[in-house]
Amino acid sequence: MTEPMVPVPYRVAGRVVETADSVSLRLEPHGKPLPEAKLGQFMMLYCHGVGEVAISVSGPGPTHTIRAVGAVSRALHDLRPGTLVGVRGPFGTSWDVEDAAGNDIVIVAGGAGLCPLRPVLADVLDHRGGYGRVVVVAGARKPDEFLFPHELASWAGRHDVELLQTIDRPAPGWTGPVGFVTEPLAALELDPERTRAFLCGPEPMMRACAEILLAKQMSAHHIRVSLERAMKCGIGLCGHCQLGPLLVCRDGPVMDYTVAGPLLAVKEL
Amino acid sequence: METQVLDRTGLGELVDALRGEGYRVIGPTVRDNAIVLAELDSAGQLPAGWGVTTAPGRYRLRRRDDEAVFGHSAGPQSWKTYLHPPRRKLFEVNRTGEFTPAPEDDTRYAFLGVRGCDLAAIAVLDRVLGAGANPDGSYQRRRRELFVVAVNCTEPGELCFCTSMGTGPAAGPGYDLGLTERDGGDRFVVDVGTPKGAQLLEKITARPAVEDEVREAREDVAAAAGRMGRAMPDADLPAAIREARESPQWEEVASRCLTCGNCTMVCPTCFCTTTEDVTDLTGDHAERWQRSASCFELDFSYVHGGSVRTSGPSRYRQWFSHKLGTWHEQFGSSGCVGCGRCIAWCPTGIDITEEAAKLVAFPGGTP
Repeated sequence: MTEPMVPVPYRVAGRVVETADSVSLRLEPHGKPLPEAKLGQFMMLYCHGVGEVAISVSGPGPTHTIRAVGAVSRALHDLRPGTLVGVRGPFGTSWDVEDAAGNDIVIVAGGAGLCPLRPVLADVLDHRGGYGRVVVVAGARKPDEFLFPHELASWAGRHDVELLQTIDRPAPGWTGPVGFVTEPLAALELDPERTRAFLCGPEPMMRACAEILLAKQMSAHHIRVSLERAMKCGIGLCGHCQLGPLLVCRDGPVMDYTVAGPLLAVKEL
Repeated sequence: METQVLDRTGLGELVDALRGEGYRVIGPTVRDNAIVLAELDSAGQLPAGWGVTTAPGRYRLRRRDDEAVFGHSAGPQSWKTYLHPPRRKLFEVNRTGEFTPAPEDDTRYAFLGVRGCDLAAIAVLDRVLGAGANPDGSYQRRRRELFVVAVNCTEPGELCFCTSMGTGPAAGPGYDLGLTERDGGDRFVVDVGTPKGAQLLEKITARPAVEDEVREAREDVAAAAGRMGRAMPDADLPAAIREARESPQWEEVASRCLTCGNCTMVCPTCFCTTTEDVTDLTGDHAERWQRSASCFELDFSYVHGGSVRTSGPSRYRQWFSHKLGTWHEQFGSSGCVGCGRCIAWCPTGIDITEEAAKLVAFPGGTP
């Protein structure tokens, strides 16, 4: 049996600077590859001597998009192509996008929440005929904090994707909407029966968005969210990622809002 | 194999035989004014003639008026110290990306004197660490090699509530040999649980038990069930706790809780761990270690931007709700086995059975 707590080496094969504090690292196996991640799953990335963090898969390779916010993420952010990292995974649940086939898709992402949703949109666009409307609501604090700016531009140019970008506060040169993602989402006219929503971002954002969708008569079963909790193992052994009855690494990170909603409503659960 | 009887010499032979088979024998012994678990060279190190008195926030040795070796309730340690060690190296790695798993320690343990509560706790750890999709292989190995000599309780302590948790006072299933101490440690009625236990018993001086002494031993153990110092309320605790998530009761108990984490350290089922990374001075050689963690630590729930559970009430609620409630949903049983350790070793004497009773009686908070 392989040791589930021992990483396998991967090499940083590509590094794309996304914003002032975020990069996308494309990894290549340095030996035997790990299984391919399902959409929404995460990996544990280990930086030599510094530590390990759970990072969602944001693209093929796998590619991970990392915002430098702590000791480990900063060290990972600063890695140069060619450097080795340790990888464990993939772990956790998937967005189960295929279950949404035939329906309208609404993707709502706040800040780094776009990372695990980018592969969802890519998959939907790869099978574009299998879905109805595709709406993407993406929010950032400032215009230069949008991740994947080139892809956003290409989605904006497509007639079969409705991209709604909003920033938190007015900024020079920004002519688009200003406000939280809840505002364009609230203004959307949706067919609640045939819409499937995928949300990722700060918890207050996901809760506010889910409430808007519920108010539009969507079923909580059709609203999927991806949660973040402290994780030391990723495999249900360390206890850190508990959210009430859930081990987020095992029962999440992606879950539907019937499960997540009542738990997120309790402060400090 | 039918029930046997050992005398004190036979008990000594039992320890010697286990050591002869290559086991490290771990059992109770007196150290630092407590009955601790440690490696035993001989049965002479067992705490003959020592008992304990316990109360919320209190644990004291006391002299018994006989020479019983198992006449005490749970001490500060539990068997998890050995099965799920507090510190363990996970791997080493160098700059060339060769990850080397820590060499597997091949120690084979024999536990001598495992109570019903603690045997149930080992079964809980089996479900948590050994039965998931990605089990802890290191735990599984130690567990597979384990030899268990259990002890039935005839003298429950002031803080014991195994009867109400369904884990004692009779130990089992899950032991290789099960002892019932008789006549202040003169004799031990031995039940054989496994072929491994039977094989070991053949190596030591024992005689078949007579019917009366087996019956009397069973009766004494059964009678102990009615003498527990505490009881967990007979209620649907997971449902009660779920209902009470926002009860003011958590504020009240937190006003007495120091968030010190003693309860999680002494609990025989608390399993949470964290990791530590170390390097040598050049930074070329790095190691990753796993060590015990507690949900009472502020950084236990840390994600970037802050911890999820910063307040004392939320951290006590997490421990209590997990132990008695959500453990059922996560691992299919309660996380509490009724050993009473968390009550004895809480510096402010918070009593888990009392808190549970309040929650059941006053779901909206105590009036």
